[in-house]
Amino acid sequence: MSFLSLTNIKKSFGPVQVVHDFDMGIEKGEFVSFLGPSGCGKTTILRMIAGFETPSDGTITIDGKDQGSLKPNQRNIGMVFQAYALFPNMNVHDNVAFGLKVAGASRSEIDTRVKQMLGLIKLDHLADRFPYQMSGGQQQRVALARALAVKPQVLLLDEPLSALDAKIRVSLREEIRQIQQQLGITTVFVTHDQEEALSISDRIVVMNAGRADQIGTPFEIYNTPATRFVASFVGTLNIIEAKVTDPAAGTVMVGDQSVILAEPIANLKGGDTISLALRPEAGSIAESASGDTSLVGEVESTNFLGSVIRTRLRVGNDLISFDMFNNPGVVPPSYGESVKLRFAAKDLLVIRE
Amino acid sequence: MKKIWAWGALLFGILYFTLPLVGMTNFSLKMRRGEYSFEAYARVFGDPRFQETFTYSVTQALFTIVFGVLLVVPTAYWIRLKLPGLRPYVEFVTLLPLVIPAIVIVFGYIRLYNTSSWLPLTGSAFGTNILLMFGYATLALPYMYRAVDTGLRTIDVATLTEAAQSLGAGWTTILARIILPNVLVAVLSGAFLTFAIVIGEFTMAALLNRPAFGPYMQLLGANRAYEPAALAVIAFGITWGCLGLIQLVSRFQKSAPPKA
Repeated sequence: MSFLSLTNIKKSFGPVQVVHDFDMGIEKGEFVSFLGPSGCGKTTILRMIAGFETPSDGTITIDGKDQGSLKPNQRNIGMVFQAYALFPNMNVHDNVAFGLKVAGASRSEIDTRVKQMLGLIKLDHLADRFPYQMSGGQQQRVALARALAVKPQVLLLDEPLSALDAKIRVSLREEIRQIQQQLGITTVFVTHDQEEALSISDRIVVMNAGRADQIGTPFEIYNTPATRFVASFVGTLNIIEAKVTDPAAGTVMVGDQSVILAEPIANLKGGDTISLALRPEAGSIAESASGDTSLVGEVESTNFLGSVIRTRLRVGNDLISFDMFNNPGVVPPSYGESVKLRFAAKDLLVIRE
Repeated sequence: MKKIWAWGALLFGILYFTLPLVGMTNFSLKMRRGEYSFEAYARVFGDPRFQETFTYSVTQALFTIVFGVLLVVPTAYWIRLKLPGLRPYVEFVTLLPLVIPAIVIVFGYIRLYNTSSWLPLTGSAFGTNILLMFGYATLALPYMYRAVDTGLRTIDVATLTEAAQSLGAGWTTILARIILPNVLVAVLSGAFLTFAIVIGEFTMAALLNRPAFGPYMQLLGANRAYEPAALAVIAFGITWGCLGLIQLVSRFQKSAPPKA
């Protein structure tokens, strides 16, 4: 049995069911991210683990112990909130010490642990500061130290980086991951930011309309999306409509151009329409590219994004974006130019609805 | 032209409010014929009934404040946290003392809690004191509830509660160590208003026959000339002192949050 186990979890608010039959096991020390758009049920699941919401059905166990009958303050869980939620009337030391005081720890024990935690987040010099005297990033680090001080079995992070600016977000997410690995604490992270989820997770749960569309490593989620939703939500993706011509040979028509897929197409017959997915970084117009499949199209637009140049190509009725690294020696294609987009057949994925 | 009217209106307002006070203060200082003195004030302060009634009212005010805080803070907190849909109804109930005269409330009390009722609070001085305190708390409810509710609006009650719960805190700890310290300034504002109301209240204390400061002021006013004026100035001083303290603590919060 997994360390944190969610079995057949359902949750309804009135007539609206927001979580449908959710099953998942999370191993000890694992970092799992729940990724999805607003309203997909990811925060609701987190809140059910914390005890702030009660599942309409199903069980949640931590280390084999059913959490159903436990109130939030009886569960050994640390939680970090999007809005920091530091106690405004307490300084940093007292905020971190709060959980320990509630647990009845001795003064020396509290002081040692608070020092240890503030050392962990590298804010030992700010122990006397009040929350309003600190930046958002510092406050969130204190919130993390406060949650970890009580040595929780599971750490829950509810979009902890959403309120921070871009630079702090990147550095803090790396810090969170480093601390999580250092302490080996089981962590559930909720985010709607795919880059965050991809960069720090052991596994990602992509949520869609209250269901887990796919559970997998960041590599699996990005490279082999299980559904059209996962493919479109994680990363930028070109969806290309194609008509099957020979399912056994894996041949399809994109507009008036024939393309051979890497594998035969199962369960479809000639004349059926399918959706194909192609990542922008999988395509190239370089002559030396090793791509064995190609599509010819007309350049609709070229966007200079700094290190990358994104070009949109019209192929039949589809617009296909592809990226190429900025090279001062290479002039990007211009509007109206006809170019051949090359890619490996294995990069063209058949998307199931 | 507009400015002249504005200044004129302001001047009229200032005179309208200050002239009676100036006149009353002036009169209170004229007890000795032909000279200004604090004779009336000395007599008031020296009167054992003043000391007795003032002490009684201050004690009542303190108990009313404690009771009000214990009643209003958890109520307003719970309404905000768990029952936000009930907020308009609770607000309406808390405003009722503003539209129902104190005399109606106190007659209701006497009818409900007289010596032949199921809870004969008026049968003893202690019981009547408690009843009076409840009455004062009712009269102060609109001010106390609004002050606390406004204070709660400035903090993220739900998230702070959840954060404390996730750290193992129960409801009492959350209320005492998180919520109350963070709405302390609002509670103090409500407390000072309660204090001012209790010190000057006449109807309830008179009809429940308790030795409070309000009935003493009325009694003195009916029988003396200069002392009532001195007493009124003292009462004004107390009220203004309370309002000044509200301002002071409000400024204190702007510069730094209250410490636990």
